[in-house]
Amino acid sequence: MNAHLQPTGSAYFLTQETQQSERHTLSVLVDNEPGILARVVGLFSARGYNIESLTVSETEHDKRLSRITVVVIATPKTLVQIKLQLERLVPVHKVHDLTAEGAYLERELALIKVNGTGDQRAETLRLADAFRAQIVDATVESFVFEVTGKPSKIDSFITLMQPLGLIEVVRTGLAAISRGPEGM
Amino acid sequence: MAEKMTGAEMVIQALTDQGVEHIFGYPGGAALPIYDAMFQQDFVQHILVRHEQGATHMAEGYARSTGKPGVVLVTSGPGATNAVTGLTDALMDSIPMVCITAQVPTTLIGSDAFQECDTVGITRSCTKYNYLVKRVEDLPRVMHEAFLIATTGRPGPVVVDIPKDVQFALGEYYKPDLDTLRHQSYHPQMDGDAAAIEAAVDLMLKAERPIFYTGGGVINAGPQASEHLRELAELTGFPVTSTLMGLGAFPASNPQWMGMLGMHGTYEANLAMHDCDVMINIGARFDDRITGRIDAFSPNSRKIHVDIDPSSINKVVRVDVPIIGDCERVLAEMVRVWRSKTNQPRTEAIAPWWAQIEKWRAVNSLGYKNSDTTIKPQYAIERLYEATKKQGKEVFITTEVGQHQMWAAQHFHFDKPNRWMTSGGLGTMGYGLPAAVGVQVAHPDALVIDIAGEASVQMTMQEISTAVQYRLPIKIFILNNERMGMVRQWQDLLHGSRYAHSYSESLPDFVKLAEAYGGKGIRCENPAELDAAIAEMLDYDGPVLFDVIVEKDENCLPMIPSGKPHNEIILPDTANIGDIIDEKGRQLV
Ligand SMILES: Cc1ncc(C[n+]2csc(CCOP(=O)(O)OP(=O)(O)O)c2C)c(N)n1
Ligand SMILES: [Mg+2]
Repeated sequence: MNAHLQPTGSAYFLTQETQQSERHTLSVLVDNEPGILARVVGLFSARGYNIESLTVSETEHDKRLSRITVVVIATPKTLVQIKLQLERLVPVHKVHDLTAEGAYLERELALIKVNGTGDQRAETLRLADAFRAQIVDATVESFVFEVTGKPSKIDSFITLMQPLGLIEVVRTGLAAISRGPEGM
Repeated sequence: MAEKMTGAEMVIQALTDQGVEHIFGYPGGAALPIYDAMFQQDFVQHILVRHEQGATHMAEGYARSTGKPGVVLVTSGPGATNAVTGLTDALMDSIPMVCITAQVPTTLIGSDAFQECDTVGITRSCTKYNYLVKRVEDLPRVMHEAFLIATTGRPGPVVVDIPKDVQFALGEYYKPDLDTLRHQSYHPQMDGDAAAIEAAVDLMLKAERPIFYTGGGVINAGPQASEHLRELAELTGFPVTSTLMGLGAFPASNPQWMGMLGMHGTYEANLAMHDCDVMINIGARFDDRITGRIDAFSPNSRKIHVDIDPSSINKVVRVDVPIIGDCERVLAEMVRVWRSKTNQPRTEAIAPWWAQIEKWRAVNSLGYKNSDTTIKPQYAIERLYEATKKQGKEVFITTEVGQHQMWAAQHFHFDKPNRWMTSGGLGTMGYGLPAAVGVQVAHPDALVIDIAGEASVQMTMQEISTAVQYRLPIKIFILNNERMGMVRQWQDLLHGSRYAHSYSESLPDFVKLAEAYGGKGIRCENPAELDAAIAEMLDYDGPVLFDVIVEKDENCLPMIPSGKPHNEIILPDTANIGDIIDEKGRQLV
């Protein structure tokens, strides 16, 4: 009976987004104070931005500064907004779009627990060696490896470990820094 | 010079040092030490409200009419949650506010204690910034920083949450100097980039169809900004329109004034926005109520955008010349640069543009059919406006939200900034009555009128009691159509006139209600008696609730329906508004 009624959802912009989404790594320098992470994450959820990965840690203890590395997927227009909205937060000092600004390094660390019994033990160790994974724990039936590198390298290592008896994985998320002598 | 005192005394001392004379609040267990400290001094005057939402809107009215921050004090838990609507309203409309919330003692935080709530968590997204002060040593710095953040850059609300044990704790009070404030990351940019201002003036010098599109930022930048705007308009000869929030920055009596723009703006303002070749946006933010359909918004213009908030630039509409800075400073620079390049307005070059504007004006888009038998809402506002002009008093208008708000914006005219208080961004019904109380506290001798709807006014009705207690002679002018008129209008427009829950039924007898509160009640339903009734309202020295029974089914026009471009505006003589919006437009708010 109500088939002719329109859905009542609201949409402010009917214009189709024509720009392609891109993956960018942002480095955000913030005051290390209670609630800062909630502020940043809350901004992303409130404005509908997607976080792919987020890492935070204090980096300059005397100045009580932390660095947040956040990977987002967004259109170029939204990327500019994300940067400006972050800069609008009172405890945010600077935001750098590393992807847009030039060469930079990305590293991640993963701890990977794998079953290791019988014949597969040797194969697991051989692959770990090829990936320069460190053995940080070993029992007669398992290993824990530590791998660092680009996220893609960690992805490959995890894929290879899958058939060999992967038990579980933890990853730190991305740490990123620009190349060259300049700091933030 | 440090002085030993309790946290509660520091709060009062900091307010005193900030020159805060009025604070709107409501007590409760966790706030009692601050109330006790307040009791023992007489610089800061406390206005006891009836609901914490009322306190926040009072603070907004106070702030917007004075340019000073509005200050609120509430208790923990429900006191804080009741303040959330007003905080959000202040954030959306960039109103400077400091809201002190009491909190349970630090030792109980996180234990689900009585009247505990996560105030900083709840208010994080509806404040410009917020603090939980866990150590009394931090309190003096935080109090002063809160005022700095609330009032500078793009103004907004700041919450300071103070646990009860911190209010009792002894510490050293000091007045921090601005350089030692914690947030060295906070530096609003005040001066516009010189090259950008130069580029803007160059564009203006070549414009053939220019328009000034001004907003609340001009008001927020202080009365000087309005002065510079007037000067720049005079120097250039360009037409001026404004958003709802910016009314009064440019005098409505000036021939260059085109009326408000946007969803319920005038035909001439909206068509000029659509057809202009140079748009000079000063302190407005391309809100969806202004732009209509984005991809058809002013398709052929070069756009200059002055805003203190960098994130406003290119957020909605791409602009050609962005200028980040305070409107007052940028306008002053624009005046100076224009003067350095010419001493002529562009009268001749833009004469054809003015001729076009005059043609649009002749459409008389604010026209309406008057009646001898029922009071038309537009007529009621016109008569109110005429009557207030003769009062020889400063006149301040607040509104609720709905059709009456738009009619007030269209038919009441403002020649000065800070005279018009309305909830623009959030559109909060219930804003106007408490906002009027706040305005009257700041301007005891002025005439303060809340132009209200019968539905909205019931949301914060109880604050009449506050007005009576403090002898604040506010006038509440209710355009009573027995409808949530704006909702009804949208149901006509979008939902086949199926009026789901948009009637105001079981209305109170507003005259008796006024009397019950200790104010005066007046009712009028005959157009012939309206002027006398308005005079009676204005003459009464005390709060008045005036129930104007108006035409029930009047539509508020002109209107640009959601999802339509400016040149598809609906004019008053359109008979049936039900067929105008297409499928896509129906999904918009
Ligand atoms: C707190 C709140 N709830 C709901 C709305 C949605 N709303 C906008 S206007 C309106 C009707 C207002 O009716 P009234 O105050 O009588 O004003 P009128 O439009 O009749 O002049 C409603 C319900 C709102 N803006 N604010
Ligand atoms: Mg109504």
